[in-house]
Amino acid sequence: MAMTMSQKILAKHAGLDEVKAGQLIMAKVDLVHGNDITTPVAIREMKKMKQETVFDKDKVVFVMDHFVPNKDITSAKCTQMCRNFATEQGLKNYFDVGKMGIEHALIPEQGLIVAGELSVGADSHTCTYGALGAFSTGVGSTDMAAAMATGELWFKVPAAIKVNLVGKKQKWISGKDVILHLIGEIGVDGALYQSLEFTGPGVGELSMDDRFTICNMAIEAGAKNGIFPVDDKTVDYINAHATKPYTVYEADPDAEYAREITIDLGSLKSTVSFPHLPENTHEIGSFGEIKIDQSVIGSCTNGRIQDIREAAEILRGRKVAPNVRCIVIPATQEIYLEMLKEDLARVFIEAGAVVSTPTCGPCLGGYMGILAPHERCVSTTNRNFVGRMGDTTSEVYLASPAVAAASAVTGRISGPAELGL
Amino acid sequence: MQAAEGKVLKYGDNVDTDVIIPARYLAIQDKEELASHAMEDIDPEFRSKLMAGDIVVGGKNFGCGSSREHAPQVLQTSGVGCVIAESFARIFYRNALNIGLPIVEAPDAAKEIKDGDRVKVDFDAGVITDETTGKTYEAAPFPPFLQKMIEVGGLVNYVNEKM
Repeated sequence: MAMTMSQKILAKHAGLDEVKAGQLIMAKVDLVHGNDITTPVAIREMKKMKQETVFDKDKVVFVMDHFVPNKDITSAKCTQMCRNFATEQGLKNYFDVGKMGIEHALIPEQGLIVAGELSVGADSHTCTYGALGAFSTGVGSTDMAAAMATGELWFKVPAAIKVNLVGKKQKWISGKDVILHLIGEIGVDGALYQSLEFTGPGVGELSMDDRFTICNMAIEAGAKNGIFPVDDKTVDYINAHATKPYTVYEADPDAEYAREITIDLGSLKSTVSFPHLPENTHEIGSFGEIKIDQSVIGSCTNGRIQDIREAAEILRGRKVAPNVRCIVIPATQEIYLEMLKEDLARVFIEAGAVVSTPTCGPCLGGYMGILAPHERCVSTTNRNFVGRMGDTTSEVYLASPAVAAASAVTGRISGPAELGL
Repeated sequence: MQAAEGKVLKYGDNVDTDVIIPARYLAIQDKEELASHAMEDIDPEFRSKLMAGDIVVGGKNFGCGSSREHAPQVLQTSGVGCVIAESFARIFYRNALNIGLPIVEAPDAAKEIKDGDRVKVDFDAGVITDETTGKTYEAAPFPPFLQKMIEVGGLVNYVNEKM
């Protein structure tokens, strides 16, 4: 029977020749990870299990990123619990202050996930690694506990939506515009329980950073996973970051899809999601003046080096508008270092922006940029739910790094064109 | 499996995990203290209105957003007996079943049942009864594997039984 790319990876890990949509399977996982919020709950659940040690010390990864460096005593206790457990269990991959980064940027960068693998993480944006041609999905803490203990987990095999990418994107259009456009088309539950499988000649036009951003927000359409085919860019990325072998899977040409969608990259415009759902998309130029109080450039969605470079290109020689706070957060230490080597930190600081250590921080209303009542933020993050970044009356507008940077300069939601770029 | 019976607290589409339990509380390890903040960004009266066993009804895509298991956990700790929705976001769905919070996908019931109605959910028979209107609805049964997991009390017990 013909299978999608996701189904082939699941079948292989379940030890089956074939699987079909809707089937419940037990599959072996290649990687299990959690963060400082979800791991403590997983540790508590694992302690109720008969199995006392993790299934593989190399394949269980903890990344302290949400409230780290610890924002308060309760968050300090969470990281302490993770640290103690990692030490007791002898985990090879425990990332804390100084080595940590935002998990979904750090894990691919560290070469911990490669094409063809099956990965689960106790964080919804674990779907990011589909950019590498892996099957990767977010789970809860009890799932993480079971996977840590046994190395396997139950899955319902998903049907898929095929997203055919064609054309060539214009200057300042990035992966964020592609995924926001798609979510605007199909809605926040448009891919519920399904895979989003990207394909077509437009794939080659997208950088790896674009692809990470696109897969990262697959969950915002309700998808179980997002996945890209493996091409030369994927192989170059894996060779530069990982040492373990990878496997290339391709969807069968006659695989069945629940739906097919075509996106012409050439017709995409800078896209913004208005409060309070990622599906409320509007193109730059189609709305009036929306003043902002804050601009956030970072997160697991858009804190990679391409994002930082684009924002810097816009802010170079310009100033952040009076009354606007611009917060730039490189997603990992390596990205931070690259930013310093390219002298981009200077660009941001001279523009009047602040540059932070890697952290999820403001994206989920943790710290480092919480909004007061009725404040408005344009942000390169992934969710704009009620109260997501602070007070329940505050508003988050999701956009690309180019839009967030241009908006920081004008003080209202703007595209780079407003600056003559 | 014991039936759930209680009054309905009804919400709309896309009830996300950020409103079920805001991230600012996620570092709290005490379950009761954490649960005291359940739903406070969508309904500050939630905890005072809720009686043990009451039933939460949502629209489409209930539990969308973050993977935080704290979301079904605070509903369970608060005393919610069951969640009925038109559809659930998949991670919330897994999390609820894994921790033993009964949830039922039933589009017609979720649309028609009103806030304040008294509702009974008979999981074994797969029947939802709105005792206020007298109307009954079918609830799709869980696949056998999930039934077994729910029967033993969730994923942890299921894994322990297999070992």
